[in-house]
Amino acid sequence: MLVTALFVVRTRDLLAATMLLGAYSLLSAGMFMVLDAVDVAFTEAAVGAGVSTILMLYALVASGRFERTPTRPQWLPLLVVLATGAALVWGTFDLPPVGAPGNPVHQHVAPRYLQQSGAEIGIPNVVTSVLASYRGYDTLGETAVVFTAGLGVWLLIGGLQRRGAAAPVLASAPHANLILRVVSKFLIPVILLFGLYVQFHGELGPGGGFQAGVILASALIVHLQVFGADQTRQIVPESLLRVLAPLGVLLYGGTGVAGLLLGGNYLDYHPLGRTPVGGQHLGILLVELGVALTVSSTMLLLCYLFAARVARR
Amino acid sequence: MSSLGLYNYWIVIALMMVGLYAVIARGHLVKKLIGLTLFQTAVFFLYISMGFVHGGAAPILSEGVAVYSNPLPHVLILTAIVVGVATTALGLALVVRIREAYGSVDEDELERMDSDA
Repeated sequence: MLVTALFVVRTRDLLAATMLLGAYSLLSAGMFMVLDAVDVAFTEAAVGAGVSTILMLYALVASGRFERTPTRPQWLPLLVVLATGAALVWGTFDLPPVGAPGNPVHQHVAPRYLQQSGAEIGIPNVVTSVLASYRGYDTLGETAVVFTAGLGVWLLIGGLQRRGAAAPVLASAPHANLILRVVSKFLIPVILLFGLYVQFHGELGPGGGFQAGVILASALIVHLQVFGADQTRQIVPESLLRVLAPLGVLLYGGTGVAGLLLGGNYLDYHPLGRTPVGGQHLGILLVELGVALTVSSTMLLLCYLFAARVARR
Repeated sequence: MSSLGLYNYWIVIALMMVGLYAVIARGHLVKKLIGLTLFQTAVFFLYISMGFVHGGAAPILSEGVAVYSNPLPHVLILTAIVVGVATTALGLALVVRIREAYGSVDEDELERMDSDA
């Protein structure tokens, strides 16, 4: 992994750097898996190796593939980096060793999550319980950040279409290879189905709204890459995405308000069902649905915006 | 995986420094964002390493498992990854706009243009 990272930085061909970054992401997903973080590995594999690579490629098309050779001296940054690294390594000698069960980080709230969540929430995946229920506020905030970032990109590169100018001519369907077209036709339904499985199985096994959102979006991004943005827009129009992205945040926030109206605290799902555990199930389902809506539509919207911008040049 | 010791943290620091170097030494704005991404992944590793427990299982409750890894860092990092790609997209959008406005994405050239203007 370190080697990949070094080459990513070293090469001046940014296309190669982006591709290596994708490989690096996939490797780090494997590392997360080794470290028992299955949900994180899932997300990293879907996001790092998929969506972010595509977005980087669009930016490269817009900004040029090669770096210039640097004119300023390179030893100063190197010195700064080495000094900082040495200081940080020195700092690690005070840290407890990785993996010891008695580390302070494992003493605070984690034991409660692990011991009580089975009875309180009633779902086996503790990560989902913590994400959607115990720390629901955090996740609401993160969902809002994703939405806001999408909004920001839209304002920066999408919302400034000059009136009077001809409607942007999108790249006509790229001359995709026949094999690509056939294979992707087989793959896209499978990816969509897998995304839905990850969404609704997220309480039992690894998965959940974030992962499912990214996987669903990536199925449509494959479509966009192979058949061209025009065709994808006919299936999922941009205006629909502009409605779905805020709708997800609204669904999440609304679930919180529903709990409030039924006599609980904000984002407390107990009153939603007949039994507290049933309420938790319903609440988590709704909240995860909101997350998936926002994440998937924002990711796809980002790709539309970049594709349109690049095609207009 | 029995005697990791502090090894994980050193790898994290090495990755972090590689990312930091790309951010401060390279002029191309996309390369700087790539550096930031590397740095970000290093931070993810730091958290996940902290949450790791030897002999623990992934935090999905099942029969006959007594020790689980800490689920809290997993939650924080999995949302951070998705937020990370969204913010990277925002940065890339800024790069695209800068390119359109200045015709360049090299930091030195941009500074020269700004000081000439």
